[in-house]
Amino acid sequence: MRVAVASGKGGTGKTFVTVNLARSYDEPVLVMDCDVEEPNSAIFLKGEQVSSRRSHVLIPSVNEQLCDGCRVCSTVCEFNAIAVIAGKPLIFEDLCHACGGCATFCPQDALHEVEHEIGTITEQQDGSIRLISGKLDVGKALAVPVIRDVKRSAERARESMMLIDSPPGTSCPMVWTVSDSDLVILVTEPTAFGLHDLQLAVETVREIGVPFAVVLNKDGVGDSRVERYCEQNGIEILARIPHDRVIAELYAQGETIVHDARYAQVFSQLWQKIVAFTANEEAHRA
Amino acid sequence: MHEQKRGASGDSSSVKELVVLSGKGGTGKTTITASFAALADQVILADCDVDAADLHLITAPTLVTDEPFFSGKEAVVDSEQCSGCGLCAIACRFDAFVEKSDGAYTISPVHCEGCGVCVRICPEEAIRFIDRDCGRWMVSDTRFGPMVHARLHAAGENSGKLVTLVRREAKRIAEKQNIPLLLVDGPPGIGCAVISSVTGADAVLLVTEPSKSGLHDLERVTALARSFSIPVYVCVNKCDIDTGITESIRRRTIEDGNYFVGTIPYDEQMVKAQNMGLSAVEFIEGETRDRIREIWESIWTTQ
Repeated sequence: MRVAVASGKGGTGKTFVTVNLARSYDEPVLVMDCDVEEPNSAIFLKGEQVSSRRSHVLIPSVNEQLCDGCRVCSTVCEFNAIAVIAGKPLIFEDLCHACGGCATFCPQDALHEVEHEIGTITEQQDGSIRLISGKLDVGKALAVPVIRDVKRSAERARESMMLIDSPPGTSCPMVWTVSDSDLVILVTEPTAFGLHDLQLAVETVREIGVPFAVVLNKDGVGDSRVERYCEQNGIEILARIPHDRVIAELYAQGETIVHDARYAQVFSQLWQKIVAFTANEEAHRA
Repeated sequence: MHEQKRGASGDSSSVKELVVLSGKGGTGKTTITASFAALADQVILADCDVDAADLHLITAPTLVTDEPFFSGKEAVVDSEQCSGCGLCAIACRFDAFVEKSDGAYTISPVHCEGCGVCVRICPEEAIRFIDRDCGRWMVSDTRFGPMVHARLHAAGENSGKLVTLVRREAKRIAEKQNIPLLLVDGPPGIGCAVISSVTGADAVLLVTEPSKSGLHDLERVTALARSFSIPVYVCVNKCDIDTGITESIRRRTIEDGNYFVGTIPYDEQMVKAQNMGLSAVEFIEGETRDRIREIWESIWTTQ
């Protein structure tokens, strides 16, 4: 089962929910940190690094002997990543979306694709929790290829349970992260910004067509607007995590909170709700 | 940020552009931006967090113009003409093609990158390449001054280009109306939308929080901001959640040659202000308000 933890707004507690869920799971669990612009799960899930490798995309490289300057490559490139200057193609690697079009359509076979590094994928093991994190290099624009690389690393995983820490927002990085999940947990807070961005996230997961439910974090800090919205729209709230300064202080230090019996109970109940929710979804589909 | 400072772009505009970023989300970018808007004499606002924009919840804009945003292309299969050969699915690097039960193919629009490889490769010419409707962008009036904002469609593409458009329009209006300051509420992260928010700006304010996550993310967004060779200011929100980390951030900022411009205590009144649709400085009296004002003043006197 794949459970993605997402939100429209940043800072609502995606990583907090992901790492505490991982810590309170009894069986081996795989956590994927797909917030590759700012990955933080590794701060909370310690443990030994098992492997680390560079992540790359394929970008074109020109064989000047074969190139006759015909400009087909720059014509087919939809991203303005190739300019033909003085009869030779010039590749702007940061604009390239790695679609392979130029190499496919070059009539002279003068373009071949080479690896261009854009990030790092690391794997670490913390007891029964395995974490695969993607980290985009600073200055690189495209997060999605690194996210896809994290997911490729998790193919044929030995763990039957996977938790995915999503980037914030509702655009391509979030969509690529959550679109193959069995359940998306949308973490929000009872504030004006929390509600507004939850509504955007709900619109997005509905557009993608994945099952979703809400976790209300920092419950008590604001008002009842998120609960009213969920009730009116038939959205299940799987858990309410109380607003507590102690949680913020532990979080600041990179600690999980499930060693505290009160919060252990919140997260074990959340697991029960997740299992019940996905079983219910499956029954509906059948 | 002094008058004579020029951005890395070297443009000679009289409008100063300050971009508020954070790396980590939820540290208070929008709260600070809205408070600065209330403190500024004359300002234009640009909300560049185009896929989760919140600034309008505080500024209560009155729409002046509302335009669609088309950017790039998307591929659409004409199922009548599709022979089911599958060449498109083999060529597509983005796994956007799905085979239907009748053997024809369809495209998942959220996965289509708009590269056009399938359009060119299809032997039946069954794939159309249409302009992509990515969202809309608006110009509004607010009690603080004009505001340019946008809304990317759910699961939308091309957020970086929409950010660029919002900033360009805001700058154009500022120049026309002689508004000296453009305040940009930026997106979280360090990727395409953030790069588009900071390219050619005059200065960056990083709003962070004292947590290991905040610190980690601050280092990455600082490295990005520094690469643009413009002044980088740093402030810490909720500073008393961990005074040790707050001090580390202050030290690190100064060591890196950036400007540390202040701290704001953890204050639950911030949420009350937000839920009432007010900026923090309009609602809160006392220390929190004073500290935000000090940060605002520091930015204009520090260099």
